[in-house]
Amino acid sequence: MSATIVSLPDQSTARIPKVNFITKENGLLSWLLTGDHKRIAILYLISLSFFFFIGGALAGLIRLELLTPQADLMATDTYNKVFTMHGVIMIFFFLVPSVPATLGNFLIPLMIGAKDLALPKINLLSWYLYIAGGLLAIYTMATGGVDTGWTFTTPLSTHYVNTNVLTTGLAVFIAGFSSIFTGLNFLVTIHKMRCPGMTWFKLPLFVWAHYAASILMVLGTPVVAIAIVLVALERTIGIGVFDPTKGGDPILFQHLFWFYSHPAVYIMILPGMGVISETISTFSRKRVFGYTAVAFSSVAIAVFGFFVWAHHMFIMGISNYAVLVFSLLTMLVAVPSAIKIFNWTFTLYKGSITFETPMLYTFGFMGLFTIGGLTGVFLGTSGTDIHLTETYFIVAHFHFVMVGGMLMAFLAGIHFWWPKMTGRMYPEKISQLAAVITFIGFNFTFFPQFILGTLGMPRRYASYPPEFQVLNVFSTAGATILGVGYLLPVLYLTWSLKYGEIAGNNPWQATGLEWQTQSPPLTENFTVTPIMDHEAYDYDWLDKQKEKEVTTSVG
Amino acid sequence: MNHISPTLWQFLVKWMTSFPLFPPEASKIAPEMDALFFFMVLVSVIGMTIVVLLVTSFCLLYSKERHPVAVQVEGSTLLEATWTIIPLGLFLVMFVWGALVYFRVYTPPANSMNIYVVGKQWMWKAEHPGGQHEINSLHVPTGRAIQLTLISQDVFHSFSIPAFRVKREAIPGRYTTVWFEPTVPGTYHLFCTQYCGTNHSQMIGEVVVLTPDGYKKWLDESTSGASLAQNGERLFASLSCAACHNARPDARGPALANVYGAKLPLASGGTVTADEAYLRESILNPSQHVTQGYAPIMPTYQGQISEEGVIALVEYIKNLNSEYRIQQTLNTTDLLPESQSAAGAKSAEQGKVKQ
Repeated sequence: MSATIVSLPDQSTARIPKVNFITKENGLLSWLLTGDHKRIAILYLISLSFFFFIGGALAGLIRLELLTPQADLMATDTYNKVFTMHGVIMIFFFLVPSVPATLGNFLIPLMIGAKDLALPKINLLSWYLYIAGGLLAIYTMATGGVDTGWTFTTPLSTHYVNTNVLTTGLAVFIAGFSSIFTGLNFLVTIHKMRCPGMTWFKLPLFVWAHYAASILMVLGTPVVAIAIVLVALERTIGIGVFDPTKGGDPILFQHLFWFYSHPAVYIMILPGMGVISETISTFSRKRVFGYTAVAFSSVAIAVFGFFVWAHHMFIMGISNYAVLVFSLLTMLVAVPSAIKIFNWTFTLYKGSITFETPMLYTFGFMGLFTIGGLTGVFLGTSGTDIHLTETYFIVAHFHFVMVGGMLMAFLAGIHFWWPKMTGRMYPEKISQLAAVITFIGFNFTFFPQFILGTLGMPRRYASYPPEFQVLNVFSTAGATILGVGYLLPVLYLTWSLKYGEIAGNNPWQATGLEWQTQSPPLTENFTVTPIMDHEAYDYDWLDKQKEKEVTTSVG
Repeated sequence: MNHISPTLWQFLVKWMTSFPLFPPEASKIAPEMDALFFFMVLVSVIGMTIVVLLVTSFCLLYSKERHPVAVQVEGSTLLEATWTIIPLGLFLVMFVWGALVYFRVYTPPANSMNIYVVGKQWMWKAEHPGGQHEINSLHVPTGRAIQLTLISQDVFHSFSIPAFRVKREAIPGRYTTVWFEPTVPGTYHLFCTQYCGTNHSQMIGEVVVLTPDGYKKWLDESTSGASLAQNGERLFASLSCAACHNARPDARGPALANVYGAKLPLASGGTVTADEAYLRESILNPSQHVTQGYAPIMPTYQGQISEEGVIALVEYIKNLNSEYRIQQTLNTTDLLPESQSAAGAKSAEQGKVKQ
């Protein structure tokens, strides 16, 4: 593990460029009123981390409660509120915006050679909407919380609970618009702002993944907004859309909700997949194997992702034939994910591989996402879904994909682009340790939950039969390790802002346009509009560039 | 180890070695579903092994130390096709196999015994055809197909018996069904698996599987004196249903004998099969389900009858094969309050005697 691709400038003479997007203007207002996509990305990064740690603390409370079979740490009502808020915060205020709003925002214009996103003011509005929604969610938690589960199932949410359903719904509704605007901005930018020579098949796969996710954001999110409005109307004035006593149908809510919330998991995972394509190429010094296959598999996931929502409802009394169709389509959406995994694996073939932190997280992602994906097939298969759905099996599956997959990818990306965002390197050894700790802690936490689910332990239980305790103790112990794994990066990344080594333009010797400009970049990103005269992931081109630099400096 | 007290050590050993890893198989469908489950586990383990082996060996072979210069390899259509078609084929096998299991779980055989289950915050009420009812437990015999007809009185619940590998949502406003054939006598978990509010985690119970003889004994011991259909008959009388549904030539409502399972022409055109769901709907929302030749004059019974009451009425109508019974119930309407108070007095007396 000693070999590395990192090449840093001479630390005794190197300086962070005096003019960059961070130093350009000073003062809080210059940040709060900025139109710069990079500054907005930093705002998102700070606020996202805040929500992640609130959601994480709630997860800690859940695991503590489940240490013993009785509901003894908190009352069942409190427990119900805790897991509801954990779900709402983690999904709507962390996972959905995580990679797109931070890394996507920062990198898409840089990667396509543009000065900014197409609609900078809309971009800032997205952040304000996100913050408004997030603060409202925190406010509802502080003033009594909500206990519907993050799925807001009717008629429980419309007629039976007395908690803050309306304000939580409003929070999600507002955050939804943030997501729509971000998606829209990305779509317009990727279509209209590419630099000369940047054709669709020269785009980094990170951009392709965000393009696919943006389609989902723009088309899916309005539907959950509609569902929330209907819940609110039902709760306040009793319009009866979902109420069977008034001729409504509670299953309709399930259709509307999952029509968004299933594509939403692809909104969450696709950008993460984009990160993995970048890191795996850079750290094996090779063009991504099967570029077109990986690009189109992102689009295929986005398209098929819209037609599988009813697989959340196999046991809810939808017709058996609908189950057939949705089960079949679910199998089809599993294939592009398999394609991606194999293409990433073969990117390593005949590469020249190094094992820096982003690469370790990438391997973590590949292992955990493969397990998460394969267990998804257990749930998409209608027969076994009957036994496994609504148990800890589904909790484990979901966390393998979202935490094992998405969060690993997020951390891979944050470490990978940290030098670009801040101009400084993170400390390598301790961050490798953090990556390993996260991987071990994650498996300890969530693998036992597959067994619990197979045994039939239902999700969202504050108390459970005593024979399930051993596995729950394993899970809670693992969560403690996982907590350490997540705290470490916060500490050393903050430390590195002042004490990290100066990174230079391109510490990883990566090929993306974002690496060909200074770190941190100028507000305008590039001094001269770049021209894309080579393929994506063209390491030969990079070597030639370096030779040129050497000859010019020698000459 | 000498530092650990022997008692604690014994406890730890017992604790760590005696926890279950797989649920018992106690129904006919369980081994079938588990066969599919283990097939998928096998495929997953093989798939996972392939990925891990490839990644590990590539990492060893092509680490920067061993392989300082990468060789650029373009994609390969052959490989892309391989890892598209093989997973797709395997997933399709799972899809077909899964669908077969799914259809079996949700297609009850014709001769199955029907038990109604009503879910409500936060309990399960089971109504046996013989009038036995129980809360948070379900007694069933081995060797017999049992169909559950589920409904919820309030929010979504889900009736889950892991040992049988079956589960079905109980939904407000509509009946759902599931069936199983228990094979091994014993006591098994019953869970509500759809989050339903405050005491969701206490909406649990037990499924007691008895031998056929044991079940017969249990039925005799738990009888409430009247079968479910008889309860329905009493309700039919007290709600004065027979004032219209009396099968007389001038009756204002349709005759109900043998109506269950029949194809009925609707006033709005089209026909409908009179199943449990239709009967329930016609009681609760009658104006939307008027049969041909009758005026929409029946009042709604929404909010006046509990789901258990509706079930009793449905069961009564299902078992009604002669108009004679209805004409008999005509006369009981006036008698009912008296007979009820008489019964009350009688039970009070019995209470005294017992003391």
